[in-house]
Amino acid sequence: MMRHILVAILVLLFGLIFARMVGGYVELDALRPLALDYVTRAPVELGTPNIITGILITYRGFDTLGEVAVLFMVAASVGLLLKKDDGKASVAKVSSDKVTGEKTAAAKPVLARTEAARAAAARAAAAKANASARAVTTGTMAVKSARGAEPVEDEETASQREPSEIVRTGTEVLLPLIFTFGAYVIVNGHLSAGGGFQGGAIVASGVMLMLLSRPGMKLNVALLSIVESFAGVFYVCLGILGLVLAGGFLDPRFLPIGTLGAFISAGAIPIISALLGIKVGAELSVIIDRFRS
Amino acid sequence: MLEFLLLLVCASILVSGVLAVCLKDVMPAMVASGLASLFAAVSFLLLAAPDVAMAEAAIGSGLATFIFLYAIRKTGNGKG
Repeated sequence: MMRHILVAILVLLFGLIFARMVGGYVELDALRPLALDYVTRAPVELGTPNIITGILITYRGFDTLGEVAVLFMVAASVGLLLKKDDGKASVAKVSSDKVTGEKTAAAKPVLARTEAARAAAARAAAAKANASARAVTTGTMAVKSARGAEPVEDEETASQREPSEIVRTGTEVLLPLIFTFGAYVIVNGHLSAGGGFQGGAIVASGVMLMLLSRPGMKLNVALLSIVESFAGVFYVCLGILGLVLAGGFLDPRFLPIGTLGAFISAGAIPIISALLGIKVGAELSVIIDRFRS
Repeated sequence: MLEFLLLLVCASILVSGVLAVCLKDVMPAMVASGLASLFAAVSFLLLAAPDVAMAEAAIGSGLATFIFLYAIRKTGNGKG
């Protein structure tokens, strides 16, 4: 009862806070000074009709780099936590331990029996043969049971993972469209809504659909990791180029700005956007693959 | 009209969020949480923030939901 009253009081307090926030809300009829500054400066300085990408990649470029670094850390730690071969190896080890343990247990009484009956050589030999035969059969039985357990599990997971006809056909139709749309969003980040991060996420969701429809497919994680690492290195290199040739770290204006709205314009923003898209797409794909296995 | 639509979408976010918390079964709860994310993406789109909407739709309702579904399947549908 006491707890319920406490919870009710807490909820009321939260309600009060939100009520004050809602009550004091006035819709702005003009941009705040910082937003106004960005909105007026970005198209002129950077040549990006999509101001948000300009802000994300240039004015807040360092934050974007940090965001990508966080994503990289997540992919690395997920890979560390969900190692692929760990589970299988431990299972195999346990079963083999069991088999050898049973074998030695079966072998010990054999020795004792042969020692006790050393006088009768023929009997001892017979017992030995018997016992070893028994040991062999128990060993094979253990192996059989261990093997018998595994395929059942495999069949279960296989039946769980078998995709339906709708998923398979839909994937065949939709997958090229999703990848094309992702690439479009990535390279048109400076012109229309989107950019490297969003496009990378779209590409990764396409990869997810592909993995869903083909459960047996293996993603080349090593290649993806290499691609992702090189994209990150090039990203930082472009930032340093901006520091040397233009105004500061991640300044894209070391390439010509061009005309506003043209496909090749806005300095190095499309290149940085493409690198970001590759990096984010590869990282998210690796994360999905880790969770799948 | 836009405000009415926005209110509808926000109510849908609330309903699917409550469903995600209250549903006993884990799988439908996950689907409800992905639905909340999807409605959030729609509301961002209505509020003229297509960039955020894109990221939310792809990551929030797509990738996160399926990562959770994979995790649920691995842990035996939340019972084990």
